[in-house]
Amino acid sequence: MWNSARQLTRCVLFRWERIVAAFTPPPLPSDDKRWKIVNGTMRKNGFARHALIETLHTVQSVFGYLDDDSIRFVANSLRVPLSQAYGVVTFYHYFSLKPPGKHTATVCIGTACYIKGSEKLVEVAEKRLGISRGQTTNDGRISLMTARCVGACSRAPVILRDGEVSGEATQEQMLEQLERWAVE
Amino acid sequence: MTIEELEQIAKSVSQENAKYDFEVNVCMDLACMSQGADRLREALERASEISGKKVLIRRTGCMGPCSSGPLVRVDPDETLYHHVNESHAEAIVTSLGGEPVPALQCDLNEHFDKQVRVVLENAGHIDPEKIDDYIARDGYKGLLTALTEMTPNGVIHRITESGLRGRGGGGYPTGLKWGTVAKAAGDLKYVVCNGDEGDPGAFMDRSVMEGDPHRVIEGMAIAAYAVGASKGYIYVRAEYPVAVSRLTTALRDARRRGLLGNNIGNTPFNFDIEIRLGAGAFVCGEETALLASVEGRRGTPRTRPPYPAVSGLWGKPTLLNNVETYANIAPIVRNGGKWFANMGSERSKGTKVFALTGKITNTGLVEVPMGIKLREIIDVIGGGVPGGHTFKAVQTGGPSGGCIPAEMMDIGVSYDALLKVGSIMGSGGMIVMDDTSCMVNVARFFIEFCMTESCGKCVPCRAGTAQMHTLLSRICDGTGTMQDLDLLVSLCETIKETALCGLGQTAPNPVLSTLKYFRDEYIEHIVNKRCPAGVCDMKSRLEVLA
Repeated sequence: MWNSARQLTRCVLFRWERIVAAFTPPPLPSDDKRWKIVNGTMRKNGFARHALIETLHTVQSVFGYLDDDSIRFVANSLRVPLSQAYGVVTFYHYFSLKPPGKHTATVCIGTACYIKGSEKLVEVAEKRLGISRGQTTNDGRISLMTARCVGACSRAPVILRDGEVSGEATQEQMLEQLERWAVE
Repeated sequence: MTIEELEQIAKSVSQENAKYDFEVNVCMDLACMSQGADRLREALERASEISGKKVLIRRTGCMGPCSSGPLVRVDPDETLYHHVNESHAEAIVTSLGGEPVPALQCDLNEHFDKQVRVVLENAGHIDPEKIDDYIARDGYKGLLTALTEMTPNGVIHRITESGLRGRGGGGYPTGLKWGTVAKAAGDLKYVVCNGDEGDPGAFMDRSVMEGDPHRVIEGMAIAAYAVGASKGYIYVRAEYPVAVSRLTTALRDARRRGLLGNNIGNTPFNFDIEIRLGAGAFVCGEETALLASVEGRRGTPRTRPPYPAVSGLWGKPTLLNNVETYANIAPIVRNGGKWFANMGSERSKGTKVFALTGKITNTGLVEVPMGIKLREIIDVIGGGVPGGHTFKAVQTGGPSGGCIPAEMMDIGVSYDALLKVGSIMGSGGMIVMDDTSCMVNVARFFIEFCMTESCGKCVPCRAGTAQMHTLLSRICDGTGTMQDLDLLVSLCETIKETALCGLGQTAPNPVLSTLKYFRDEYIEHIVNKRCPAGVCDMKSRLEVLA
């Protein structure tokens, strides 16, 4: 009995190797050159499943966000179930499923910033833009985001203007920046 | 690469530096950068070119007192200038060789005198992107000494002798952990560095990775030799792009110098490191969650045992330590375990880096010997609370820690002492609060954080933190009752005892500690519908009825 079980295992393993060897990554979704960068990350990691988060990072850095097509492409290329890929995307805060606005104002709401009144900064911006945190204005100009902590706590409260850290931020500075972006 | 070759490099660096009469070090840490340190450096370069003086302009990691930034230190006189901007560049260059610029001189002697620098010994002295700068300050000597003169067991013995405990929060003895991984069966083992500094309000690990990346790499390589691993991962937050790029450069340079890769130091030891990006999940600070994330999965923790030391990354024995722990390794190997054990208190050895933030005059990074009184850190090193306000509490350990009130300021900082007063050492965030901070509001802030960061795997944490948040919100807007307070306490106890991982088990700490020391504030909110600090928006009775 053991012998046949072993034979069966060997057979399954053999088939599995065939499947693995036969696997070819799916074609790129379009001619967009950015897909090549995404593919590059996967190739660098040998299309291994554990490269999922790395690849999603690359997608977000070149496309700005993750849409259904890109998640599907990455999942198929790495042979990860779509449910798992989507699970990972929605688990981590850093990944965004919505395209960002032309400009992004991020308010840090880490502890040090909170103690120094970052909540007021968010409220002021929300009121001015007429949106809540995590949203983008209807004209697609400005996104308002919050960050858990950017590590510039010594200069709290901190806002990021398109990713650039500016410390000891005031409500006036925040509004002034939003006004400037609204017309740019 | 051999020790002789390292010394050769160190010699050529000092010869190169000797060509210059002066060294102007510009702090290029995030805090100083956000105030224009980049433009300042360019202005200094232009000014020194025009003046014709032999000046070496060097960009360095964090010098410490970020609130005084941008900072510039002129060597060999060690003159520290604060609040420097590009318009001061000419004055600084002109003053070289003569009297320092008085208006910019920074008087922080008290701030620095109390500090002992081990982890931050190179911060402010080397260019983090130049491996030779690190080598010139005894860099990689520890690694090569370990490889050529010590056995793996000898290294572990030295670390055990030093009494070093994990700097990530738990304070598990590092030597013991290394010993367990070394003894674990299996050819393939991993070394992982936790650089996912999720604790909001702490930035020591960021500064170490950005200011002295090779120190972390060297620590990991020594660890790998000690436990018999050949592959390492550094798990860094994606929110720290500068740290990622500095580490990438450092890894590349270390490989080029033969300090990573195959046959390091002409020994049979092989080791290489890869960077893995975190994606913003506080729970990934928990070891099993972090390992799941390195494997490309959702960062949900699992039950322990088996501990990662036995079954970690891909089921293999894995050594997982924090950035600051690895940063302590090289000096211990170089100087011996006894040297390290001489610093600090009885059961907490060495030094600890703290990120001092909040309502305090000198915000920034400080490194102090363990056992130092909390009062000395706040009043002397931190310069006290600014603006005529009174000190109320200091929060340590982030969302897993607690608030320590003013009456307890005379405790010495150590793992055990902080645990005793209801907080934890944590990774080293220290957030100072004054009379304008409402402690109930702070507790609610942390519970909200834990609620959104809960991975949802176990019910006590997922549902419990949400219920705690509801109760605290009620108290904050003046609709809470005394029964709510009792319910809150029993909920805290339940979550503490039943949650799956560290996140859930420690989530009630901020509430329990504020309830213990600031109960009157809770009662004031409930009975008198009043927030003593004036932070919470109280609903009027009419609103409540409607």
